[in-house]
Amino acid sequence: MARQKKLLRDNYHQARWDEAIIFEMSVPGERGVLVPLACQNIIGQVGDGVSAIPANLRRKKAPALPEVNQMRVNRHFYHLSQETLGTDVTLGISEGTCTMKYSPKVQEHMAARHPGIVNVHPLQDPDTMQGILEIYYQVEQFLKEISGMDAFSLQPGGGAHGVYANASMIRAYHRARGDNKRTEIITTMFSHPCDAATPNTAGFKVITLMPDESGYPDLEAMKAALSERTAGIMITNPEDTGIYNPRIEEYVKAAHAVGAICSYDQANANGMLGIHRAREAGFDLVHFNLHKTFSAPHGCMGPATGAIGVKEFLKPFLPVPRVEFDGQKYILNSNYPDSIGKVRSYFGNTNVVLKAYMWIMQHGAEGLKEAAICSVLNNQYFMKKIAAIPGIVIWYAKGKRRLEQVRYSWEKLKQDTGVGTDDVNKRIVDFGIEHYWTSHHPWVVPEPFTLEPCESYNKEDLDEYIEVLQQISKEAHEDANFVKTAPHKAASHRPTHEAIDDAELIAVTWRQYLKKRGKK
Amino acid sequence: MHKKPIVYPYIPNSAPETKAAMMKEVGVTEPMQLYEEIPEHLKYNQEMKLPEPILDEYSIRRHTDEILGKNKTCGEYLSFLGAGCAQHFVPAVCDEINGRGEFLTAYVGESMGDHGKWQALFEYCSLMGELMDMDILSIPMYDGGQAASSSLRMANRINDRKKVLVPASMNPDIFMIVQNYLNSVPAPEIEIVKIGFEPNTGLMDLNDLKKNISADVSAVFIENPSYLGFIETQAEEIGKIARGAGAEFIVYTDPISLGVMEAPANYGATITCGDYHPLGLHLGAGGCQGGFIATHDDMKYISEFKDLMFGLTDTVQDGEWGFGEVLYDRTSYGSRDKGKEFTGTSTGLWAITAGVYLSLMGPQGMEEVGTTIMQNCQYAVKKIGELPGVKIQFSSPSFKEFVVNFDMTGKSVAQINKHLLEFKIFGGKDLSKEFPQFGQSALYCVTEVHQHKDLDKLVYALQGVISC
Repeated sequence: MARQKKLLRDNYHQARWDEAIIFEMSVPGERGVLVPLACQNIIGQVGDGVSAIPANLRRKKAPALPEVNQMRVNRHFYHLSQETLGTDVTLGISEGTCTMKYSPKVQEHMAARHPGIVNVHPLQDPDTMQGILEIYYQVEQFLKEISGMDAFSLQPGGGAHGVYANASMIRAYHRARGDNKRTEIITTMFSHPCDAATPNTAGFKVITLMPDESGYPDLEAMKAALSERTAGIMITNPEDTGIYNPRIEEYVKAAHAVGAICSYDQANANGMLGIHRAREAGFDLVHFNLHKTFSAPHGCMGPATGAIGVKEFLKPFLPVPRVEFDGQKYILNSNYPDSIGKVRSYFGNTNVVLKAYMWIMQHGAEGLKEAAICSVLNNQYFMKKIAAIPGIVIWYAKGKRRLEQVRYSWEKLKQDTGVGTDDVNKRIVDFGIEHYWTSHHPWVVPEPFTLEPCESYNKEDLDEYIEVLQQISKEAHEDANFVKTAPHKAASHRPTHEAIDDAELIAVTWRQYLKKRGKK
Repeated sequence: MHKKPIVYPYIPNSAPETKAAMMKEVGVTEPMQLYEEIPEHLKYNQEMKLPEPILDEYSIRRHTDEILGKNKTCGEYLSFLGAGCAQHFVPAVCDEINGRGEFLTAYVGESMGDHGKWQALFEYCSLMGELMDMDILSIPMYDGGQAASSSLRMANRINDRKKVLVPASMNPDIFMIVQNYLNSVPAPEIEIVKIGFEPNTGLMDLNDLKKNISADVSAVFIENPSYLGFIETQAEEIGKIARGAGAEFIVYTDPISLGVMEAPANYGATITCGDYHPLGLHLGAGGCQGGFIATHDDMKYISEFKDLMFGLTDTVQDGEWGFGEVLYDRTSYGSRDKGKEFTGTSTGLWAITAGVYLSLMGPQGMEEVGTTIMQNCQYAVKKIGELPGVKIQFSSPSFKEFVVNFDMTGKSVAQINKHLLEFKIFGGKDLSKEFPQFGQSALYCVTEVHQHKDLDKLVYALQGVISC
């Protein structure tokens, strides 16, 4: 019988290779790769080389690495890749707040294969790497235009790292003015955890504002918290709920009124490219994730880039070196005595910056705005359909249009069937869809899940996802236990310990596992 | 004429029919109505001034190729640049695996659908653990600078002391990263004291160390092998002095040295850290760095790691490996500002690659690569040291890098390196600004990728350059 077109992959099964740990595959004497050896002429002149190392610093016992032939190593890691749901094979809609875009292959191929980036050393004479510096310089110009800020650094190696650099600059700014009283940073509960954690790492006391009943950060609470001790505010908008805060300027003005710096976490900027800029909202500092918003992939958590942007008065504090154009050529300038110094060696993740460059160049102003509009259109379409699924509740901002994502809740499903968000999240992979992002901690919205159907997904992708949620809701009502024992068709089953806090059970390396469990 | 709308291949719903249908579905007649929550005066009503787009794939490839083509590469040129980013042999399987789309585009999925990612990162930790001869690693960090910084913060949390001792010879870039990271409000969180070194060997001045060690010292940090290439032969003694004062002994190491050099844990390191870039990663213009921290199996240390840890466990299916989050509340994901420092997206793909590298190399490969580096390096030291007016700065043994002094040639490193470009050689890193006490000196890096003929070419070129 001919197959009817359908969206729900009810016949799906993930690769499940039942794969051994690489150490279990060791066969003494096997080699995975042979390495270049010094030639006889060199050996004739210097001998074995290693005798130069004093005896107490010579390796006495060879590292107990596995001995595995090359084909088997390659096959092993292929198996592991097949047991991983990257956005190349699944709907990355699941990972809300993460903007799981399609990362165009032409970008990947250039970044991973072009010798003009792969085989360039970061300390080469700048005259011999004008191409890389040009890419850096241009991306900085693009981001200035997209945000309205006056200067950018592309050095931080991730989003949280960018926010940390911003917290460091806030510290340096006040210190340079001789103002040592400012020891506090204010953030909000629905801002990313890094907006609380990084200022803490930079030595600030952190004050976190809870949302009011409408889901916005409480403005009155913030005004009460502001004082001459406030060094800055670090907030996201829209927050992880996808709700744009229309009174954002009032927060900024109130903070400025006490002399605080306003830092805009723009990790959620994808729905606003060309529509809304940090400058108009009054911010002094921003960060963008070049992975996420500007299409570079997430690479199992990196490499990534947190691009940080500042207004003119904060430019002296940016990390060095800065990439500049002297009218004839691109140069690296470290002559900024007030700079916070460095947060990352050399000048950051060049490959990520290259991908962002290519993505922006392929879209231009009009295309960037189209990406934003389609991401918001997708989200509003998606939200409307999802709201109709039994068991799902949408907290806050009733009747308001959200931007690029929504934090949903299975609260009702949990009450009605006992199936909560963690259960649904395990069942969803049985349909070939990546586990979704519930929420950062703590869960303010009960039984949360956060979806972000960015512009990479077409209507059929959205409809497929909606069908999967409908199906799981139906299953929960009919056979809760079936959902509560999922996944059934994923690469592995529920771990016996999803959270391992007991010292006796901790095994973060194979050797630790062997010591504790004694298994071979 | 009405412009035909562009349908972007990466924005499928930019196709006009679909877009119109979806707009209808959500009840808007024009796109800006989607944004009714943004007040009018906060909307950006101009067109962003960005270059005209290059819409088709062939042209963007061509355009990018032309820009990247302006870079000279370490393929066309013979390079002796290192300073923390050395050129090493990258097995093809490393590129094969980190080019796998599933790894390239995965992120934070749980351990069932992303079982392979969890296992690959667990294996990275496990393989690194063998190399370090230590039991505990977290998933990776941004780079060695971050690893050094976080090691020092861990020490501070463990013993609540506020002073760290570091070698004055240490990598200046990493020092800058550390300096910012240990800074605080009000300043300083932790005082950093630089310990002097012997100018002829690079080795730490033990008298200066003894003068500064006290019950206030949180950690003694050394590099071994060091930024300047010398092997810190007194490492064991330094460790004794540190631990004798109740301080942590942190060793920043080069993982590719550990097939021939002792794991720092075995000469007393309580925390080992570094950058795993040498393990299967390209130069990437500095974009392929990755940091690691390793410790012994002790809750005192485990609970101070700042990044996620993936623990091996069982599943409900008998005989199946599973993975779980270890002490999640340590992290800022779990506890926001109450977590240890902060965590976030770092260098997962590169860590998986380092795991592939160590799986391929095995114990024998690591011993051989370390040996080749030692031999090539000693050959280069010998030959360069024989050139008139050229001096090898340190008499102590070195690994992979060494300092060459050109004072007696009457030429600056800048001049020499400029001339070397004519021979299609990138000379060593100019140290004259970072370490003025060494005069006109350069840091040369020699690894297993350098063949006999490459080293002879360098010597020949240097001879020509200094005598002209």
